[in-house]
Amino acid sequence: VGRIAVLKGGSSLERQVSLRSAARVEDALVRLGHEVIGIDVDGELVDRLRAEAPDAAFIVLHGVGGEDGTVQELLEILAIPYTGSGVLACMRSMDKVLCKHLMIEAGIPTPEFFAFNETAFKGLGAARLLPAMEERLDFPIVVKPAAQGSALGIKFARTAADVPSALVAAFSYDTRVLLERYVRGRDLAVSVLEGAALPVVEAVPNEESFYDFESRYEIGRTTFVCPAAIPEPVTARAQALAVATYDLLGCYGVARVDMMLDDESGELFVLEANPIPGMTDTSLLPQAAEAAGIAFDALVERMLELAFERDAGKAVV
Amino acid sequence: MTIEDQPPQGSGRGKGLRGERRRMEPKRSTSRDLERYADLFASRTRVMKSSAMRDLMAITARPEVISFAGGLPDTSTFPPETFAAVASRIAAESCAKALQYGPTEGLPETKECIAEVMAADGTRVDIEDIVVTTGGQQGIDLVAKTLIDPGDVVVAEAPTYPGAVPTFSSYQADVVQIEMDADGMRVDLLEEALERLEREGRKPKFIYTVPTFQNPAGVTMSLERRERLVEIAHERELLVLEDNPYSLLRYEGDPVPSLHSLDGGVFVMYLGTFSKILSPGIRLGWVVAPPPVLEKINQGKSGADLCTSTLSQLMVQAYFKEVRWRDYVESLTALYRDRRDTMLDALADHFPPQAEWTRPGGGLFIWATLPDFIDTTDLLARALRDNVAFVPGEQAYLDGRGRNSMRLNFSVSNEETIREGIRRIGAVVEELVALYGTLTGTEPQGRREQPADRGREAEGGRVVRMPERRRRAGGA
Repeated sequence: VGRIAVLKGGSSLERQVSLRSAARVEDALVRLGHEVIGIDVDGELVDRLRAEAPDAAFIVLHGVGGEDGTVQELLEILAIPYTGSGVLACMRSMDKVLCKHLMIEAGIPTPEFFAFNETAFKGLGAARLLPAMEERLDFPIVVKPAAQGSALGIKFARTAADVPSALVAAFSYDTRVLLERYVRGRDLAVSVLEGAALPVVEAVPNEESFYDFESRYEIGRTTFVCPAAIPEPVTARAQALAVATYDLLGCYGVARVDMMLDDESGELFVLEANPIPGMTDTSLLPQAAEAAGIAFDALVERMLELAFERDAGKAVV
Repeated sequence: MTIEDQPPQGSGRGKGLRGERRRMEPKRSTSRDLERYADLFASRTRVMKSSAMRDLMAITARPEVISFAGGLPDTSTFPPETFAAVASRIAAESCAKALQYGPTEGLPETKECIAEVMAADGTRVDIEDIVVTTGGQQGIDLVAKTLIDPGDVVVAEAPTYPGAVPTFSSYQADVVQIEMDADGMRVDLLEEALERLEREGRKPKFIYTVPTFQNPAGVTMSLERRERLVEIAHERELLVLEDNPYSLLRYEGDPVPSLHSLDGGVFVMYLGTFSKILSPGIRLGWVVAPPPVLEKINQGKSGADLCTSTLSQLMVQAYFKEVRWRDYVESLTALYRDRRDTMLDALADHFPPQAEWTRPGGGLFIWATLPDFIDTTDLLARALRDNVAFVPGEQAYLDGRGRNSMRLNFSVSNEETIREGIRRIGAVVEELVALYGTLTGTEPQGRREQPADRGREAEGGRVVRMPERRRRAGGA
C-alpha cells in the first residue's frame, strides 16, 4: 500500500483512450487501498513528481511521449519505480520499423515491408522505387506511420494511384512511414504478463469491414472472443511468438503483441508489440487476464508489484 | 455514442465491509458486462463517427490549441452590467416564475421577443405557431422525431451542418445530400434527386437547409433558388426545414427573404435561435411549423424535457426590456466582419494556390477545399502538433465525401490569433503538397502568386467544391 502516481492523458492522439484506461486503473488502485495521485502529464510533470514524491508511478500513457521511453527515462532519473517496460524496450516497441527489423533478425515472422523517412523521398529520390516496392508487396498495401498507436493514419492502398496520398497521410503522423504487405486473415492479440502468455483474444468484426481498422476496437462493431476459437497448435504457436517477441524487445511486466493469422497459408505474422496496452472497458489485456482467471484489480496489483520488484532488483545490482 | 463515452454507472452492488454500513463501490465493469450491454443497445445508437475521430476532436479543445473547429460566438464582449441588470430584473419582478416549470410550448412573452427577432429578418409569424425549444438543436431533433421513421429519406445540403448528422443518424434517416455552389443548394440537382426517389417509390419527409450563410459552407441561397425551392415544396407537398441561426449576422449585401416568408408557413418550417445573437449558454431556440406538425412537435418536446428553461426564457424577456437587443447584434456584426476579412486575407497569404475557399457574406464559417490527395482528418492530426485545429470536411457528409475540405470558424478568435492559426495550417498544407509532388514526380507548383492576385482569385473562387464520392486510399 502506498502513494501511487497514475500518469495519464498527455498530448498524444491517444489521450482520450489513456484517460479512459487511467480512470479504471485509479478506481482499482483505490479499491486496493492505495493513495492515488492522478497526473495528467504536461510541462509540469517533473515538478509534480518531485513535489508529490510518490512511491511508484503507474504509467497509463499511450502513444508518443508515454509509450516511447520518454517518460520512463524521466522516472529513471527521478528514481521512481514505474510499471511496465523500461526505456529501451519502449523505444524498440514503439518504433515499428526497428521492431520489425529485430523480429526478422530473430526469425519471428512479420509481414514484409519497406520503411522510409521523408528525407528518402525528398532528398534521395526514393519515389522512383515505389513501383518496385509495390511489385514486391502486392496490393493491397498497408501504409502506416512508424510510431502511431491508434487507428488514425493507417491506410490501405488498393492500387498504385492510392500510394502517394496514403503516404502523405501517414507522414502527417510521423517522419517515418512503412509500406507493409497486407495479410488477410484473422486478427489476434496475445497479451503477455510476467513473461507468460495469456489466452489469445480474437477481434471479429461484426460486419464486413475488410479495410476498416477504426471499427475494430469499438464495442458493437467488433466482438471479442477470448480464448480465440482457433486450433490448439495455433494457440500454442501464437503464444510462443508473443513471448518470443516480448523477450526479444526486452519487455517487462506486460505487453500486448498483435498478429494476423493468414487465411491462405495458416501462418501467423506478428504486426507489432504494445508496451503499454490499453486498460479500458474494451481493451484486450484486461479481457485476456480475466479469461486466465486474473480479475482487473489483481492485474493492476500485480503490475504494481512488478514495478517494485524490478526496483528492488536494481538496488542489489 | 459508444460505451466508451459513458461507462455504466456503479452497479449498485454494495457489500458489507468489516461491519461498516453498506457503501457503493467505485464503478467497475468487465468486458463481459460490456458485451452484455452492447446486446441491449438500440440500433439507433450506432453512430457514424469513429471513436478515433471523437478522440481527435477532443484534443482540439486543449487550451494551447488555436481552434477554428468550434462554432462559438464570442461571448466575451457581452456587457456584464447588462447581465447583472437582467438578473436583478428577474429577481425583482419574476423570481417565483423563473424558478417554476412553464408551458411546454414556451412563455407567450418570450414568443413576442421571438416574433420581434423574426420581424427584424423580414419574416412575420403568429406567436401561436411558435414552440420555444432548448436551443435550435432541439428543434432539429424534434422535427426529426416527429417526421422520421427508420429508413425515411431526409434531403440535406452537401456539405450539411455537422451537428445535424448525429441527429438524423439517431433516427436512422437515409440522408440524401444535394451539392451546393456559390448560390446555395443546386435546386436543379434537388429536382433530379426527387425524381429519382419518386421512381424508387420513396418520398422524402423533409428537406433540411441552412439557406443563409450556411454552416459549414458559408454560402447563401439566391432568391431565385429560394422561390424555386418553395415552388417544389408546394408542387410535391414536401416539408422544408429552414434552419436560420445566422441571417442577422450579415457583413455585406442586402438581406434575402427567408424561405418561410416566401412560403407563408404552409410547407416551410423555421428554426431560430438566440445562440448567435445573444448567447448559446442560455440554450434558447424555437421552431415555427404548420399547426398540425407543431402539435406533434410539442408532444415530442413534452416527452423530451417538459419545457424549456423558464429562467432562460425570462432572461430573454428581461434583456429585451433592458436594452436595445439589436445594438449588441450590430456590435457582433462589426467584430465578426473584421475577423472574416482577416481570415480571408490570411488564407490568401498562406494557403497554396491549389486551395479554394468560400467568401461568406455573413455567419461564422469559411469552407476551404484542398487538393484531393490531402485528407483533412490526417491533416488535423498533423496540424494539432502545431496547436491549430479545424473541422475535417468529412464530418459534414454522411457518405464519405468532403475528405479534402475543412470548416474554419472565424468568430471566436481575435485577429492576431486568426492570422497565426491560418499561417500554421498553410505551412502544413504546403509541406504536404510538396511531399506529394516529390512522391508523384510532379514538381510542386511554383511560388505562390502575389497576395493581391490571390485576393482576386478568392473573390472569384466562390465555389463550394464538392468532390465526387470516391473511395480514398484506406477509406475507413
